[in-house]
Amino acid sequence: MTAGRFIGQAITRTEDPRLLTGRGRYIADVLVPGASDAAFLRSDVARGRIVCLDTEAARSAPGVRAVYTAADLNPLVHDITTAGMPDAPFPPKYCLAENDVRFVGDPIAIVVAENRYLAEDAVELIDVEIEPQDPVLDVDAARDADSELVHPEVGTNTPQIIPPFGDPELDQAFADAAHVVRDTVVMHRYVQVPMECRGIIAEWDPYSYELTVWSSTQSVHGVQTFLAGLLGIGSNKIRVLQPDVGGGFGQKTTIGRDEWAVVLAAVLLGRPVRWIEDRRENLTAAAHARDESMDLSVALDGDGAVTAIRGEYIENIGAYQTMGSNGMGAFLAPFLTNAYKIPKVGFGSQAVYTNTCGKAPYRGPFLMYAVGIEQLMDTAARQIGVDPLDLRRRNVIRAEDLPYTLPSFLCYESITPAETLDEAASMIDYDGFRAEQIAARDQGRCLGIGISLCVEPSAIAFGQMGTEAATVRMDFNGKVTVAIGSSSTGMSVATTMKQVVAEHLGCSPDDISIIQGDTATTPYGAGTAGSRSAVLYGNAVAGASTELRSKLLEIAADALEAAAHDLEIDAGRVFVRGTTTKGISFAELAQVAYVGHDMVPPGTAPSLEASHRYKAPTFTFSNACHICTCEVDVDTGRVTILRYVVSEDCGRMINPKVVEGQIFGGVVQGIGGVLYEHMVYDDDGNPLTSTFVDYLLPTAAEVPTIEVGHIESPAPNPLGVKGMGEGGAIASPAAVVNAVADALAPLGVKVSGSPLGPRQIFEMIAAASD
Amino acid sequence: MHEMALRVTVNGERVSRTVEARRTLADFLRDDLRLTGTHLGCEHGVCGACTVLLDGDAVRSCLMFAVQADGAEVTTIEGLSERNGELTPIQAAFQAEHGLQCGYCTPGFVVSAHAFLAEHPNPSDEEIRDALSGNLCRCTGYQGNIAAVKRAASGSSS
Repeated sequence: MTAGRFIGQAITRTEDPRLLTGRGRYIADVLVPGASDAAFLRSDVARGRIVCLDTEAARSAPGVRAVYTAADLNPLVHDITTAGMPDAPFPPKYCLAENDVRFVGDPIAIVVAENRYLAEDAVELIDVEIEPQDPVLDVDAARDADSELVHPEVGTNTPQIIPPFGDPELDQAFADAAHVVRDTVVMHRYVQVPMECRGIIAEWDPYSYELTVWSSTQSVHGVQTFLAGLLGIGSNKIRVLQPDVGGGFGQKTTIGRDEWAVVLAAVLLGRPVRWIEDRRENLTAAAHARDESMDLSVALDGDGAVTAIRGEYIENIGAYQTMGSNGMGAFLAPFLTNAYKIPKVGFGSQAVYTNTCGKAPYRGPFLMYAVGIEQLMDTAARQIGVDPLDLRRRNVIRAEDLPYTLPSFLCYESITPAETLDEAASMIDYDGFRAEQIAARDQGRCLGIGISLCVEPSAIAFGQMGTEAATVRMDFNGKVTVAIGSSSTGMSVATTMKQVVAEHLGCSPDDISIIQGDTATTPYGAGTAGSRSAVLYGNAVAGASTELRSKLLEIAADALEAAAHDLEIDAGRVFVRGTTTKGISFAELAQVAYVGHDMVPPGTAPSLEASHRYKAPTFTFSNACHICTCEVDVDTGRVTILRYVVSEDCGRMINPKVVEGQIFGGVVQGIGGVLYEHMVYDDDGNPLTSTFVDYLLPTAAEVPTIEVGHIESPAPNPLGVKGMGEGGAIASPAAVVNAVADALAPLGVKVSGSPLGPRQIFEMIAAASD
Repeated sequence: MHEMALRVTVNGERVSRTVEARRTLADFLRDDLRLTGTHLGCEHGVCGACTVLLDGDAVRSCLMFAVQADGAEVTTIEGLSERNGELTPIQAAFQAEHGLQCGYCTPGFVVSAHAFLAEHPNPSDEEIRDALSGNLCRCTGYQGNIAAVKRAASGSSS
């Protein structure tokens, strides 16, 4: 696609200069006069009864303003259901642990003191005794009929079960198959890990009954809606502001029980309370991710065409989870066939409570649809003796298949999986690598290559996520201010939306300001998550800008004594086509509208403001193909990624640099997840990886250079854009696992998912050589 | 609480305070001097977001007590550019190469890069990756950060 004047340009970000010079203002930098600092007493037992909880000494410690427990705060909790998913498997509405504790990190008491040092001192003075009970940690044990219950009030450890369903001829398809391939694909538990931990400041005015909240969140309107329910007050009485946010990746889409406690404490105390989470809390008690597995079977005919797929999915959802991260079965079922023409599908799933930290969404929370089949494709290729690239080429959806209706009745209209597969294979010189691999094997070196396709259901748009609005207004001086309900946490929303406005309005991005992250000044919106900003906010902003453009032209037509359709706009100036000298600047037009409105002709509103709410289709599909090569050191179990290529199609790109930045980040989160990151619990339910010394994030020394190719097939929306924020993280895990599996296959090692740290690889090699 | 006298030069300004002995340098800079560009990402010395220059060397301000900086010169992210509104060549390179997204780890990367390039004006790719491996970033996959340091190095040597 041809780039526009602004859309499609890799311009540098307007967010950057202040962030580069330490002028960013994150939640811990926000000063609220009179604010006290909070710290939590948390359970160090995975499951047990609280037999003693004495806060007297803590209450009288220096600088302490309050100590609250469940007895103080839990009765204040009104309603914690969140709109959109009424049937989600929610645990009990405990703010603080009451009578018993249900995971290590469960908040028991909140101390509010003059500063964080004194608050932590006082936490040490709380006398708590917990009688440990055997924890429920394992999804298999949790589903035993005689298992202890994580939440006795719920009455089951499996709050959501989707019984197996699917094509009535599924069994027949497997019976008729030339080959049946089965595997259990595992994704271990790892964590979102935004570099900035969570944080919240709440200020309650006991006279006006108004609450002001500053939150490190991905959705200010979501926080406002939730807190209105929590407190049982009108959302008009709550203003939520988002400072700069140091990453979210899904963890900050909802607010946790500890954050409710901060708000409730501020209300009880009648003075501002601030809580800045520390890293140990973030790793052990904020929210985890993944920890899921799927039994997958595929049926293939004699030509290698996959005729049927069956999946049985189990997720460990921990003790206290949030919306959008659990009951993922319902989300991945429709996409189980990913980028392939597979006519028959069967699926079932279970969500299982355990005495571990709950989950929040993490970049592609439904990614098992791709992680699963992409590993099965490689397993199948090995089993029937064809190359995995060839097997994918036999099954991938091609341009001539579009529009392609999935067995789930969803329809792919504009995707290019076959094209990205070819481009990525060419970028990495697939055949050349196969030759290199054989030569390396002769020298005793284990090289591997892994492919992973993904069709990403971006911009999921139902319920409160279905629409977004933008208000675009021109001020007295002809400059433009845009208000949107987004809450960017690093996604370059300000830069890209300026590009969209500049393109449609015909002015410089420098003359445009973006307002977001404030419920008082922006239209209601679901926030920045789910690969939705380009599609939802982009089209809302484009629509509002187009309306404002029409108003400008109407007023200018009268001023220039020309027909509106003979006018053009460029560089903040309206002029008659072909005569650039005869024109009027935005500033002059603003003067006409705001001052000289008597000159505006009857029937033309002297308005320089436009609002547009855009309703998106339920899904906007983007796609990508990732291929990476690796070398496995069989003596140490160390994996080195040699090359990593991505061919992607996110439709019309607003800013290629931003698109690539999203891919880079997602890919490295996938590499990190498979090779380095692992949230480990011991047999008693103690988290063993509670610092960055134990929980290993990838660094600049480990990551490969990532090469990106772009294919642009426009999406069926006015801007032609597709979301792509999650695809990098969805496709990468299987690419890495497949590369390692390919490297180790000659040794007889069978790989079924992750983690693939040195220890796991070393043990697999040892087991295979026995 | 045990308090101690502290004299330190921060971004060229001489500061004289009394601080609790247990107060970290990071908390002193952030909360007492309101220099909030120094960020805390782990408070156990791994992530590098709190990196500042202590007499020219890159150090983790979360791992030091403020009183340990007594008599030293501290430069924070706020003190790198000569004038308000200007970026150093390293900061400009980070912008040009999209070496930041959320910006939280960014001050640590920029300060580390300043210390590194001062000692290694013509680094190899491997040296750059090694030098940045003490700073964690979760948004960028390090691609832009590595490119930025490379760009800044080649700009200063040309």
